[in-house]
Amino acid sequence: MSNTITVRDALRDAMAEEMRLDPDVFLLGEEVAQYNGAYKVSQGMLDEFGPNRVVDSPITEHGFAGLGVGAAFTGLKPIIEFMTFNFAMQAIDQIINSAAKTLYMSGGQISCPIVFRGPNGAAMRVGAQHSQCYASWYAHCPGLKVVSPYDAISAKGLLKAAIRDPNPVVFLENEMMYGEHFPIPEQWDEIVELGKAAVVRQGSDVTVVSYSFMVGKCLQAAEQLAAEGIDVEVIDLRTLRPLDKDTIIQSVRKTNRLVSVEEGWTVAGIGSEIAAIAMEEAFDDLDAPVVRVTGADAPMPYAANLVSLTIPRVDQIVDAIKQVTYKS
Amino acid sequence: MKARANKEQMDRDYHIGTIDPKKVPVEELLKYYRDMLLIRRFEEKSGQVYGMGKIAGFCHLYIGQEAVVVGMQSALTPEDTVITAYRDHGHMLACGMDPKGVMAELMGKATGYSKGKGGSMHMFSREKNFFGGHGIVGANVSLGTGIGFAHKYRNSKAVSVTYYGDGAGNQGQVYESFNMAALWKLPVIYVLENNKYSMGTSVERHAAMPDQLYNRGSVFGIPGHVVDGMDILAVKAAADMAVKYVRDGNGPIILEMKTYRYRGHSMSDPAKYRSKEEVESVKEAADPIQHLLAMLQLHKVTEDDLKQIDKEIKEIVNQSVEFSDASPEPDPSELYTDICI
Repeated sequence: MSNTITVRDALRDAMAEEMRLDPDVFLLGEEVAQYNGAYKVSQGMLDEFGPNRVVDSPITEHGFAGLGVGAAFTGLKPIIEFMTFNFAMQAIDQIINSAAKTLYMSGGQISCPIVFRGPNGAAMRVGAQHSQCYASWYAHCPGLKVVSPYDAISAKGLLKAAIRDPNPVVFLENEMMYGEHFPIPEQWDEIVELGKAAVVRQGSDVTVVSYSFMVGKCLQAAEQLAAEGIDVEVIDLRTLRPLDKDTIIQSVRKTNRLVSVEEGWTVAGIGSEIAAIAMEEAFDDLDAPVVRVTGADAPMPYAANLVSLTIPRVDQIVDAIKQVTYKS
Repeated sequence: MKARANKEQMDRDYHIGTIDPKKVPVEELLKYYRDMLLIRRFEEKSGQVYGMGKIAGFCHLYIGQEAVVVGMQSALTPEDTVITAYRDHGHMLACGMDPKGVMAELMGKATGYSKGKGGSMHMFSREKNFFGGHGIVGANVSLGTGIGFAHKYRNSKAVSVTYYGDGAGNQGQVYESFNMAALWKLPVIYVLENNKYSMGTSVERHAAMPDQLYNRGSVFGIPGHVVDGMDILAVKAAADMAVKYVRDGNGPIILEMKTYRYRGHSMSDPAKYRSKEEVESVKEAADPIQHLLAMLQLHKVTEDDLKQIDKEIKEIVNQSVEFSDASPEPDPSELYTDICI
């Protein structure tokens, strides 16, 4: 018996299920309680868990990120919601210098079982300061795990895994995905393992690697190209640190061609890392140079026509795939 | 009227008393002497060992401020937690951490508290509830507030003692923390160690209203008190009151400890921003250990008794260096351990 669920509800169910299982888990962030979440992700959680475990914080990212990390040092398992990851730039010192490094600096004595979550990347025409993708920023840092799900079932299973993980996890959601429906088996409450990518579409001609919102565009591009006789394999990375190199390499060994797709900026992006891995570990398997499809190397504009030139489009992904398959 | 009556009641219940040194058991005073002397001798030795090139990087000595941590610790129970910034050796020794493990960490050895991976500014002891040792000025204030949040979340009676300096008090996150701590009545004692210098910038040059630092929580309703941080019994009296205030569920409190560091900000600081005369005059007039010795005189402690303690302390400190010298460096494989669990 299969049902559908939105990504938004899947995330809520993940948190609620883990909070029912473990009294040390709590949710804290701006508007998470009485407002039911700025994007309604925590709908109903205050009613179920009360104000001690679903905590409305003041607008004070640096402070409440540090507060969450301090609480995690004692063994509590905070879920810290950023209204968007753009605001977490105010808190990035606590995420990296305190959360990510303390296990190491303490010789393994002080762990930090915390989840920082919230929407990442561009939404609908909200301008430069509300539209950045932070995937490569966090994926750069040892001591963190970085997750960025695409569909509802993986969003739920990955968030449950992130909450149970004893390490600090940066969980990058996407506002554009919150309302999307996906199939899910009834009563499905499983864990999706961190650090494992998923082949979401099998194909033999070219490997396309992506994460989050862009996975959907890659799948659209793949459908379009199927009609033209190009068989595209799409990999949803799911976790950006640690990156599942094996799944990527295995696929490249089969297809011999690789395209990476992300909405973040080009320079030192996730695609740069994917290309480097392919060169280092699958150079002899490649029949064409790796192509990166990324967001435009500019701050996010506001005007509709400029926005459409900024975030990767399906036609750009199609072009990139044709380029590596020499069909352009 | 009601608010005023409440305030009067609070003032009656929570005022800092004075402790008559004659009425303090001599054993207690001797314990303070021992603890303060250990910190001083340990720090003097750290300075020497640094000079020999066996300690590297940043190394911030606590000499002059010993009464603050020893006095605060005297009011705590093992369940209470402590967190501070980078001038942390004194705090660790006061928490009861082993001088051998601290020195070994300073010397980057496998037997150090962080297996040689933390260094002077980054040491921790889960066993002693010491949560570091943090190198980012002000970050420890938010972290300590979170530890207080955890105490309250668990319905524990523990308090989070969160140290910071006069310089750190200008960081925005300190006030973000004050707001949350007051809003949620978190059990946090903010101990502001005002040693008059934010690195090389005097408090008059870095703080608006430099004589009001204790009062910087007042807009959040956090009471603040000025304490003579060079007087162990004044610190003890303030700590006793603050612990009671916080344990009673009243929320956070600030204690501004007026203190002084004798050495430079770190080992690389020639301290040209203040005169030798200024430093000498504090040592002469207000040294916390000399002050405690004067109290011990009231109890007719003999020179021989004190010499015996001095000898024991010297031995402990020397042993910490011998232990560290004999300890191995961390195994190269440790480079990639403790990154994730």
